[in-house]
Amino acid sequence: MNKVQNNKAWWLVLPVFLLVAFSAVIPMMTVVNYSVQDIFDQSSRYFVGADWYKQVLLDPRLHDSLLRQFIYSACVLLIEIPLGIAIALTMPTKGRWSSLVLIILAIPLLIPWNVVGTIWQIFGRADIGLLGSTLNAMGISYNYAANTMDAWVTVLVMDVWHWTSLVALLCYSGLRAIPDVYYQAARIDRASAWAVFRHIQLPKLKSVLLIAVMLRFMDSFMIYTEPFVLTGGGPGNATTFLSQTLTQMAVGQFDLGPAAAFSLVYFLIILLVSWLFYTAMTHSDANR
Amino acid sequence: MAEIHLRNLAHSYSPTPAGPDDYAIREMNHVWEQGGAYALLGPSGCGKSTLLNIISGLLSPSEGQVLFDHKVVNELTPEKRNIAQVFQFPVVYDTMTVFDNLAFPLRNQGMAEAKIHSKVQEIAEVLDLQSLLSKKARNLTADEKQKVSMGRGLVRDDVSAILFDEPLTVIDPHLKWKLRRKLKQIHEQFNITMVYVTHDQLEASTFADKIAVMYGGQIVQFGTPRELFERPSHTFVGYFIGSPGMNLIEVQAEAGGVRFAGTHLPLSAALQQRITDTHYTTLQVGIRPEFIHVWDEPNPDALQADVVHVEDLGTYKILTLNLDGAPLKVRLAEDKPVPEGRASISFPAQWLMLYVDDYLLEVLP
Repeated sequence: MNKVQNNKAWWLVLPVFLLVAFSAVIPMMTVVNYSVQDIFDQSSRYFVGADWYKQVLLDPRLHDSLLRQFIYSACVLLIEIPLGIAIALTMPTKGRWSSLVLIILAIPLLIPWNVVGTIWQIFGRADIGLLGSTLNAMGISYNYAANTMDAWVTVLVMDVWHWTSLVALLCYSGLRAIPDVYYQAARIDRASAWAVFRHIQLPKLKSVLLIAVMLRFMDSFMIYTEPFVLTGGGPGNATTFLSQTLTQMAVGQFDLGPAAAFSLVYFLIILLVSWLFYTAMTHSDANR
Repeated sequence: MAEIHLRNLAHSYSPTPAGPDDYAIREMNHVWEQGGAYALLGPSGCGKSTLLNIISGLLSPSEGQVLFDHKVVNELTPEKRNIAQVFQFPVVYDTMTVFDNLAFPLRNQGMAEAKIHSKVQEIAEVLDLQSLLSKKARNLTADEKQKVSMGRGLVRDDVSAILFDEPLTVIDPHLKWKLRRKLKQIHEQFNITMVYVTHDQLEASTFADKIAVMYGGQIVQFGTPRELFERPSHTFVGYFIGSPGMNLIEVQAEAGGVRFAGTHLPLSAALQQRITDTHYTTLQVGIRPEFIHVWDEPNPDALQADVVHVEDLGTYKILTLNLDGAPLKVRLAEDKPVPEGRASISFPAQWLMLYVDDYLLEVLP
């Protein structure tokens, strides 16, 4: 057998290689570069091995931040996913109302992060904010700038307000894709409403739910702007999440080495958890 | 189990139907007797599925009534009507096993688990699904899914009727035959009213004792396969049933019979009388390709037609003839001599049908 030596095809994949290199690999390698060296200026840099990693992994401030981050993302998923499904199930499917509801739901998604933070910052203020002053006038003591619980609730409600629409719209599109005949068969089989949801709607929503869970996990795990604008991470460090801690470290204290090591660990955590979600949600397909 | 009676039934998808063309089902009266095996045969879009969905209650008719055993069920939901329906495309509950799929309708009616078990086993055996019972339904092939889909209908043997909406469309041809036989067996075993919708005449005649042919939202003939073949009561039935369909020639009435171009066809005195009694716009004669007689030798007393084309289909031949400008198909047995150039043919009187505005003109007894 004569093997033809022709490597022209490599030229065709070259653009992709270049694109990926410049957009992902090279920037990331500079971070890797910082994370294993102590760099003072162009001429004085010292290889420090895994020292920055050790330091970062043992830092109690980061442990607290990471724990807060996990609790926050868990809350976001536990509220937004069921709520999004519930909204999608109750949305009208035809007529003028359905378009109107779609538009209303899409509005929060179109508002920039900064603006969302500012809206809620003002809305929730105990002295002049509509929400804050109303609650206080009703005798409910509320002050997100001073009370940890209030701050958390406000940040979570803000996130739910901003992003539940995304889950709802994804689920709505998933529900519309279910052929009518499934519902007809369920009626013939005398299935209850719960059985229809459990055995028809939920299984058919699985792929859009996977996307929704991944998007909401990644976004909420990387959240920065909204709590930063709303609470500035306070009161104390109560709403300081990982991104903000990282920014303090890299920009505030200019500890580039530890910040680089931390960035990579942060990235790996997101990758790992996303992979876990993905595997858990697609695994049942493999069952025979 | 029930007798299903459709009384003055009509359905339009438009809320304000203006004329007959707005109706998917035109006003009809029809009875499906308890325990019968029926086929509802017709081309796509003739209203078959609409009619089926009205019987099962998935669709509410705009006019008229549906009665089960003399009780009006218009207001009852499909759940309350206790009816089973199998759809064209397989519907299975993906996350459940085959066993749970088959048990699902029984569990929904609160049957005891032990009884469910024996029922499911019984139906799995009939449909050859035993080896798949513990498999997840989503991993099945299309055929298997459709069998599960049918199984869910058949497992409930207390139903008023089982409706099939072209259930074998997605099934492999060699399995189709097997499944049709299975359905027939199940029908004989449980004596349930079954209505089987199809556009395939072979499927209809192998499954059903009686076939309702639907055309343009109406049942144009209801009868045994043989009746449909021998005495089509509507030109559509003549054209749709049989392969090739009935030859139809437009004619004018004249003394002693009818005429087209230079050809005179004699008719019985009774038929001639009937023609003069009716006000018609079109008059057609119809004769099946199987029933046209071709003389072995040229016969000057017979009709003379040009042979246009001969098609050999192995066990028989199809001749295409031209009789005074009217195209005719003739089915010729394999052992008969094939006429060359000109053919001498006759239309036996008993097989020559006369249609007035598409409906068969019958001699009143």
